[in-house]
Amino acid sequence: MNKIIKYVLYDIVRNKIIVAYTLFLLLLSIGVFNLGGSPDKGLLSLLNLVLLTVPLISIVFGTTHFYNSYEFMELLVSQPIRRSKIFMSEYLGVALSLSAAFMIGVGIPVLLFAPGATGLYLVLTGVFITFIFVALAFLASVITRDKAKGIGIALLLWFYFALIYDGIVLFILYSFGDYPLEYATLALTALNPVDLGRVMVLLNLDVSAMMGYTGALYKSIFGSLWGIGLAFAVMVLWVLVPVLVSRRVFKRRDM
Amino acid sequence: MYKSYGKLQVLRGVSVELDKGKVISIIGPNGSGKTTMSKCILGMVLPDSGDIRFNGESVLKKYAYRSQIGYMPQIGKYPENMKIRQVIEMIRDIRKDAAVDDELIGLYRLEEMYEKRMGALSGGTKQKVSAALAFMFEPQVLILDEPTAGLDPFAAEILKGKILKEKKKGKLILITSHVMSEIEEVADEVLCLVDGSVMFYETISDLKAQTQETRLSRAVAKIMNEGYKP
Repeated sequence: MNKIIKYVLYDIVRNKIIVAYTLFLLLLSIGVFNLGGSPDKGLLSLLNLVLLTVPLISIVFGTTHFYNSYEFMELLVSQPIRRSKIFMSEYLGVALSLSAAFMIGVGIPVLLFAPGATGLYLVLTGVFITFIFVALAFLASVITRDKAKGIGIALLLWFYFALIYDGIVLFILYSFGDYPLEYATLALTALNPVDLGRVMVLLNLDVSAMMGYTGALYKSIFGSLWGIGLAFAVMVLWVLVPVLVSRRVFKRRDM
Repeated sequence: MYKSYGKLQVLRGVSVELDKGKVISIIGPNGSGKTTMSKCILGMVLPDSGDIRFNGESVLKKYAYRSQIGYMPQIGKYPENMKIRQVIEMIRDIRKDAAVDDELIGLYRLEEMYEKRMGALSGGTKQKVSAALAFMFEPQVLILDEPTAGLDPFAAEILKGKILKEKKKGKLILITSHVMSEIEEVADEVLCLVDGSVMFYETISDLKAQTQETRLSRAVAKIMNEGYKP
């Protein structure tokens, strides 16, 4: 597997988008921390920016990379290599390089300006979000052979998770405001990795007091080691399910 | 083997046994399933039903057997920003244990172009790279999909010479082609596909004897026109 990852990484590093992405994150993080205010405030602003941009860039980069590597994969498929190996090498190549960019671009400034548990959660969340959205990108790419359609599906997924989903949740909360919704919102959070990441970081920032009963419930759950473990387990599921589904589709498809 | 793409049936019950030490030419009209058949053997396309056996063992969902196959696609598609050298080194890296035969690299003078990007190559040069890669690892089976289509006559001659040389080593060589004169030069047997099923599979000399023609193209045309009589 390492052999093929090597060539995938080589290809990614050669096209300079990944370098630009690293610099963009670096500038963003340093800028946010230098705006003044406490490091906690900086983390909060950074969290919101990261949760908007990282999914978008991961999913768009993942999809375009998959379509651009089609020739590469076609070449390898006629060689004595397992198809799943080709697929996993592509996936890990993209996910690892984007994560590395994130760790340099956001991880280092966080370590310098706001070291601590919250910063660690922010970086971990970002890495998970990267892996999840690259997986969703690959899922969108194996569903259709048409590049334009694939990128369209990918963008729709991003729209859904980053924007529409919150609208739906708000609508539900507003419509059923007379009922106890604590556990329902908890379930709704788990259904969106972006929200899950947001809640995990927020609860470490001591702003949960502003979130009312739901916040208190979240605090009691995510505050414990067990709750954090559960949240990360859900994140892992969010990575594994799309990766395994798309790998299965890739193994059975005609080149 | 059976295979359909959506509603389009491409292979309808193709069943053949191909022996080593022969050059077999697969012919047939466009869209008769020649390329699909070779891609099935390579595992690039998975048949809907049926089995493919290589040395008696089913190869469906396997991959190691491909180290015994050299494939030259109809249109070679390569990563645009890799150089020729990198592509060749990568495939060598993947097939580490295999013996290396770089005769074609020498004959086609590919070394002089090693630093060129694949995206900048002409169709014919890409074909040369494909040919060099197909023959490089001394495979037992060679599948050449319209190998001379984009090559200049000189390069095509080199390739034909190489095919005959490899045949003497006891390899099985499958060639899909439309150029009858070329088939006559290198092939021993002709497998004709029409609409996804085998129309005939005969040696060239038998075909000529049956139709009382001296040229293969005429013999094939005669059979096609009259329908096949065994």
